[in-house]
Amino acid sequence: MTTDAAPAIAHRPAGDEALNAGRYKTARRLEELALGGLALPALLLIGLIALAPNLWLCWLSFYGPNGFTLAYYERLLHPNYMLTLKTTFELSFLVTGICMALGYPLAYLIAQSSQRMASLLLLLVMFPVWTSLLVRCYAWLVLLQRRGLINTWLGDAGIIETPLRLVHNFTGTTIGMVHIMLPFMVLPLYAAMRAISPDYMRAAANLGASPIKAFWQVFVPLSLPGLVAGVIIVFVLCLGFYVTPALLGGGRVMMWSMQIERTVTYHSDWGAASALGVVLLVMTLLILWLVGRLVGFERIMGSR
Amino acid sequence: MPRGIATETQITHRRRSWLYVLVALTVLFLILPSLLVIPLSFSDSRYLAFPPPGWSTRWYAAYFAAVEWRDATVVSLSAAALTTILSTVFGTLAAYSLRTARSRLGQVAYLVFVAPLVIPGILVAIGIFLLYAQVGMNNTLEGIVLAHSVMAIPLVVITVASGLKNYDMSQEMVARSLGASRPWAFLTVTLPQIRVSVIAGALLAFITSLDEVVISLFIAGGDKATLTKRMFNALRDEIDPTIAAISTLLIAVSVILLGLSQSVQARPKN
Repeated sequence: MTTDAAPAIAHRPAGDEALNAGRYKTARRLEELALGGLALPALLLIGLIALAPNLWLCWLSFYGPNGFTLAYYERLLHPNYMLTLKTTFELSFLVTGICMALGYPLAYLIAQSSQRMASLLLLLVMFPVWTSLLVRCYAWLVLLQRRGLINTWLGDAGIIETPLRLVHNFTGTTIGMVHIMLPFMVLPLYAAMRAISPDYMRAAANLGASPIKAFWQVFVPLSLPGLVAGVIIVFVLCLGFYVTPALLGGGRVMMWSMQIERTVTYHSDWGAASALGVVLLVMTLLILWLVGRLVGFERIMGSR
Repeated sequence: MPRGIATETQITHRRRSWLYVLVALTVLFLILPSLLVIPLSFSDSRYLAFPPPGWSTRWYAAYFAAVEWRDATVVSLSAAALTTILSTVFGTLAAYSLRTARSRLGQVAYLVFVAPLVIPGILVAIGIFLLYAQVGMNNTLEGIVLAHSVMAIPLVVITVASGLKNYDMSQEMVARSLGASRPWAFLTVTLPQIRVSVIAGALLAFITSLDEVVISLFIAGGDKATLTKRMFNALRDEIDPTIAAISTLLIAVSVILLGLSQSVQARPKN
């Protein structure tokens, strides 16, 4: 309160307080605006560079030489595109499944380790995340290719006569993608498992459950939110993944994302590329939205 | 607790030894392939063999001697440094704003910040390529820095926001009631206390830019090709052990950054 206003209060307390409250409210609102404005540079940059072009792509996908058209989408019904869609989903399901099978035991053991052991194991899980994607693809090429290390070792040991086809195909792509995705499965699972109080398991044991029964009926259901988060993150990342399938698939594994790249680079066909892109975006957002309604969106993103 | 039992509610260690074996193999699967690259980079042979027939540093010499690799490295490091500065400043301001303003716009802002993380990378890439083609920003350093910042800002916002969550905002109020202006209070009271998360965010931004592949494939060409773009093309064509040398250097950078990030976060806040 300012000193000028002080004498006025004695005469007309009610009106002046209202005036002051009004001033305070305006000042507060201005401050809110200024504080909100601090987020503007970041919001504008993302809006302008990441979001606006995507809206533009949406528009391009419906806009042909003669105005509005669905021709670009109709073309996507061609068997070639359907095959790509099938490959994309098959690979994504397979990679997510393997990540679940490998990630659940790993997260379970980390969650039960001593603090020291857990930090060491987490560091080992984080190491690949911080290692360049290309370095990891290169490593798998070195191991899996025709004259790669695995074929050389097996050949020298006399186990195989002709080199195995391990890479530049579906197998190599799956191995490489599991390697990239596994940490994204383990981290949310670990966070969920760490939050499960051991008291629940003790209670189950006290009530006569065998360890195995307690695990399946108490621990697994409690870890489900983490599992759902991990599955969704991995699946959605797989759907739009480009780099690893492009390098390890050797052109034989056609993912939806590679179809987009090809349409832009070789054909400069923006209508077709946009339609492909919109389909990928809608699939991704639909999955996130559905799961967000089921378990809460913050939960999925929060665990990243 | 009886001997041999993992915890009182579990089966014995022996009965779940398969679990230890499976987890050990999984961890090896995660880390061994990348580590294998390191000895290969010191091989004296053109051909892949492990252990290498002899040792040399010829692939490092080849890397440092090649102009195109050197140029690409300079582009990548400059882009990463500038991206780190831009996204750390913008991201920290945004996180602070979201914490203090509490307006209804917060929900919208949250969605905008999550968007670059959930929109498939290939879409962001062709979108930026399309936009830059209109304004002539393809194959420029500014273009690369802005594009990489879009990917890095959300990570900085998330990291700094989690740091601010544990920070007691009333400390800043005290400073302001003692006469400090809001920016001064932020710089001298708040920032020093959330520095751990700001540094962690900055390191994330650096590695995000340095390792970014898909966007760079589209927008970083000519003499502004990034290291990742050159590596991607090299991996597609023919595999030269020079890549092993570059990979080893990149692994060293990752280990240093991961170590830094762990050590700032592990240090107790006083």
